[in-house]
Amino acid sequence: MTAGNATPVPPALPGLDPAWSRHLTVADRTGTEHDWHVLDNGVENPVGTLLCVHGNPTWSYLWRRLLAGAPAGWRVIAPDQLGMGWSQRLPGLRSLEQRVADLGDLTAALGVTGPVVTVGHDWGGVISLGWALEHRAQLRGVVLANTAVAMPPGDLGPALIRLAHAPGVRSAVTVGTPVFVRATTALSRPPLPRDVRDAFAAPYGSAARRRAVGDFVADIPFSTGHPSRPAQEAIAEGIRSLQVPALLLWGPRDPVFGERYLTDLRGRLPHAALHRYEGASHLLPEDAPQYATAVAQWVAELPDPSLPGSALPGPADGGRRPTPAADEDPRPPWAALTERADDASPAVVEVGGSTVSWAELNRRVERLAAGLAATGVRPGHRVGLLVEPSADLTAAVYAVWRAGAVVVVADKGLGFRGMRRALRGAAVDHVVCGTAGLAAARLMGLPATRIAASSVRPAARRVLGAVRTLPEIEDAGRDAPVPAVPSGDADCAVLFTSGATGPAKGVVYTRRQASAQLALVRATYRLTGEDRLVAAFAPFALLGPALGIGSAVPDIDVTAPGSLTASALAEAVSAVDATVVFASPAALRRVVATAPELTAGQRSALGRVRLLMSAGAPVPVGLLAALRDVLPSAEAHTPYGMTEALPVTDVSAAEIAEAGDGNGVCVGRPLPGVEVAISPFGPDGAADGALTGTPGTAGEICVRAAHVKDRYDALWATERAAARPAGWHRTGDVGHLDAEGRLWVEGRLPHVISTAEGPLTPVGIEQRAERVPGVTAAAAVGVGPRGGQVVVVVVVLDGSESGASGRPRARQARRLRMAVAAPDLADAVRAAAGVDVAAVLVADRLPVDIRHQSKVDRRRVAEQAGRLLAGTRRRAAGDR
Amino acid sequence: MRVLVTGASGMLGRATAEALLARGDDVTVLQRRPSGLPCAEVLGDVADPAAVARAVRGQDAVVHLAAKVDVTGPRAEYERANVHGTRTVVGACRAEGVGRLVHVSSPSVAHAGAALTGVGAEPADPGTARGHYSRTKAVAELDALAADSASLAVLVVRPHLVWGPGDTQLVGRIVERARAGRLPLIGSGAALIDTTYVDNAAAALVAAVDACGPVHGEPFVVSNGEPRPVGEVLARLCLAARVPGPRRGVPFAAAWLAGAVVEGAWAASGRRSTPPVTRFLAEQLATAHWFDQGRTREAFGWAPHVALDEGFARLAAWYAAANGTDAGAR
Repeated sequence: MTAGNATPVPPALPGLDPAWSRHLTVADRTGTEHDWHVLDNGVENPVGTLLCVHGNPTWSYLWRRLLAGAPAGWRVIAPDQLGMGWSQRLPGLRSLEQRVADLGDLTAALGVTGPVVTVGHDWGGVISLGWALEHRAQLRGVVLANTAVAMPPGDLGPALIRLAHAPGVRSAVTVGTPVFVRATTALSRPPLPRDVRDAFAAPYGSAARRRAVGDFVADIPFSTGHPSRPAQEAIAEGIRSLQVPALLLWGPRDPVFGERYLTDLRGRLPHAALHRYEGASHLLPEDAPQYATAVAQWVAELPDPSLPGSALPGPADGGRRPTPAADEDPRPPWAALTERADDASPAVVEVGGSTVSWAELNRRVERLAAGLAATGVRPGHRVGLLVEPSADLTAAVYAVWRAGAVVVVADKGLGFRGMRRALRGAAVDHVVCGTAGLAAARLMGLPATRIAASSVRPAARRVLGAVRTLPEIEDAGRDAPVPAVPSGDADCAVLFTSGATGPAKGVVYTRRQASAQLALVRATYRLTGEDRLVAAFAPFALLGPALGIGSAVPDIDVTAPGSLTASALAEAVSAVDATVVFASPAALRRVVATAPELTAGQRSALGRVRLLMSAGAPVPVGLLAALRDVLPSAEAHTPYGMTEALPVTDVSAAEIAEAGDGNGVCVGRPLPGVEVAISPFGPDGAADGALTGTPGTAGEICVRAAHVKDRYDALWATERAAARPAGWHRTGDVGHLDAEGRLWVEGRLPHVISTAEGPLTPVGIEQRAERVPGVTAAAAVGVGPRGGQVVVVVVVLDGSESGASGRPRARQARRLRMAVAAPDLADAVRAAAGVDVAAVLVADRLPVDIRHQSKVDRRRVAEQAGRLLAGTRRRAAGDR
Repeated sequence: MRVLVTGASGMLGRATAEALLARGDDVTVLQRRPSGLPCAEVLGDVADPAAVARAVRGQDAVVHLAAKVDVTGPRAEYERANVHGTRTVVGACRAEGVGRLVHVSSPSVAHAGAALTGVGAEPADPGTARGHYSRTKAVAELDALAADSASLAVLVVRPHLVWGPGDTQLVGRIVERARAGRLPLIGSGAALIDTTYVDNAAAALVAAVDACGPVHGEPFVVSNGEPRPVGEVLARLCLAARVPGPRRGVPFAAAWLAGAVVEGAWAASGRRSTPPVTRFLAEQLATAHWFDQGRTREAFGWAPHVALDEGFARLAAWYAAANGTDAGAR
């Protein structure tokens, strides 16, 4: 079948198996024959076929990883479009309509008769969807990556493509020179290796071979009069009726197809699962090579269309299906406000600021909710919050909930870039901002409507772009009806993981799940209306009203736990006569350090606190003893949990003492209604074993409970990996249960040291190393290839901690100083460690996360230790 | 079993012959000078076909250790001992119908200068190996493996940095320099390196003799499996020998450059002694090289039985006993 003018694919392109490459001749509807180049994994009698369509100016090489990692039994076909790649060059422009028809002719010629999932990137997306609409009977699903099917009204088209479209520019840029071909692969983030960039450019070596690249750009229907416009519009509208599952894979750094194209696609395919690959750009299959695994998994799990009910698309992002409506409606978070509508006692006290009573708060929330509804905040809308903890913020949160909308809480601990990524990723519709928040929102370029938390001067409002202010909205709500109570199974909050390693993940809760969490916290800590809370830890500062207890907002920077002094804590405690304090160990360390400045009155207020909850990490025994002086009546408790499920267990100081030493940190027993199980390690260090409760078995800690998150937001593949088996949440923490049913946490799954003798967990080694005199902190990490790593212990010595000064982020960024320990210290640490330790290093500090100031970034420690222990990186010049 | 050990005058050859004798094998040794070992002995050069044929005749297995191990000297000397020596031994094994050959090589045959961290036995490459020793050993290893056949099972063992009491190659030189106050710590001294206590290496070679046959045609890395920062290894060796530890702080680039200059000067002056530093040595002391020996343990049914700490203790005891005789600093 090889046509005479077939151009052979160069041998040995990276990642491309030459056996996939084939040419065939296909006649189009006019009878004209064309030579096609196709990559085809050649699976016979396939379960189904993945039809992969590249865009401009790439070629089928883009899909090599999907061919290499095809789902079991599936055929993968990736053609080079006519005029492109190694397919035949064309005498003239090929329109969108023709290209869709061409693809149908090709699949017919290739004998593709069974189920098909289309996969499209860039302008291959719209062509693949055109094929999909013409082959509905065999269509099983659609996968789209960084593509567009329509130009949102008034849009001028992707700016870069538009530039290439300008008269005179197009032919010069796209055809006359390889600029366009080369620029496309240069967009890749992280940058592509040279041999891969060369492989993409290989078929486009001359102006003659690039002709279709220019024609492709010319065929993009920017104007309403464009000949391809009707075909494009038919496809864009047609896909609204697609009943098959859809998967959207997106690189958010795409300068060609920005967020608005994703929003447009989600509007047309509302049931689509979405995975955003943070850091990836336009060439998603290159920037996020793991996309191939995600596609293979998604395809392998497609519902069988012959089963009843299976045609219903699954929930977005793979979340849990709504609980059947038989369940009673969950207690709403604002229930206590309604119940205490006549209560004049303080609900929220700002230290050094205003005090809001329960009655006022209830009134304010109802008016704000009505005002929000009247000014365009709809149920299901997402509302970002860029407001410092305050009474205003509290009122705004409960009003958003009351209006049926979703709060998106991105705290400052993520940093500006992290917050921007989080808020853009969560696709917020509105954002409520303090003055600093308004400026930040503007800088972030969020396409959300901006609401100022307080009155702003008209000039500032113009500059900062605030559409409304909360006082105005409250006014608007005076005469408006309070919205209907939203469904208990609707989303209510998007929170973010700490982002200590990698981009922060959005975590979605429904109101039912949030309600279960609040009920569990109330029961665990026996909270009653008589209690009052001081929470020095975002976002718990917001939860007082939902827990039905008065709360004070201490005058501190919640992102710098170290800024909480003893007197600041005492002022907050006495402001509400608090009985409960919630703070991180880092904050408590500062409290102890500044305790001498307490007055007698402040000491007396602190003496009435009955419960101290530490957030993020357990309070070390030494710190607990010191706290007894400051908070003499407080029972210290540490809940264990994570952004995705909190609390899972709880442990008191007494229980920690009773448990004694073990391999890891004892975090107590699972709370009522919470199931904890272990997914055991295999010999390779992966924790994939069937769930077990067997005492002493180590592996990944898995949790099932009513208050576990609904799903990760816009992270389909992450959600799929974390929610195994269905209904469980894999925490990413490793540990074991003991014979008494207590859970011991041994570290994070990515920090497990994978030695030739099997996996080792870091926390136990670190605890033993920290008992060596003079050692204040330790991190145990693996160096070397997985399955053959050696253990390295990095210690910080007494007096060398230089981390207490400077801003958190600046401190984080500074390079660690590390050196080999003296032989005596090495001997002592080795003797204590209990495992073979290849090297003991001394560092000036350990990098910790910003939110808790306690989670050691062992990956960073490992990277730096690995570099140091590899010796010189300099390749000797002038090699003989 | 009748086993020939070539190169029994060196520390590892001697230990291997002793280990084979201890388990009752009928051992012959081949080297240039009398070994003093209580076994049959052929004196001769490993590149001399007549001497080698005489030694190989009638053996069940050959453990070939004889080699020129050094960091300087003309290439021809390495060629003769390492390349021609090995070819002579391989040829004699074939001619005399010996069934098993355990060829002792070095991890440096696959070391191109960059850090090796947790790797297995990569293929030998004379094109990228560093220095005359490593290059000629790479050629020899490839020659030996090429002779692997149905009638002659060839197995390659690469012990890494073997040390122990009586060692003149590694420990002796380090101690001598340290005593003279010219043992530099190149770079940060943090590069992780694997070493092998001599008894573990000898046990591995005995295990290789037994495994050779079912296992063949493959190189295996042998080490203690306890990598340590190079500065720590040097310090502990010096501690055992009761000499001052390494001086701190010679940057790698300076050491490498000095090595290049010194090598040139030594070559130009025709001196035969060992120069204080060479490029090869600078790289060896500043770059990680530690290995995954999982495959070796599995194939040989062997594991190191003398831990590093025990090895240092034995070395210290040996130096204490030899105190005053200056045995370590020949």
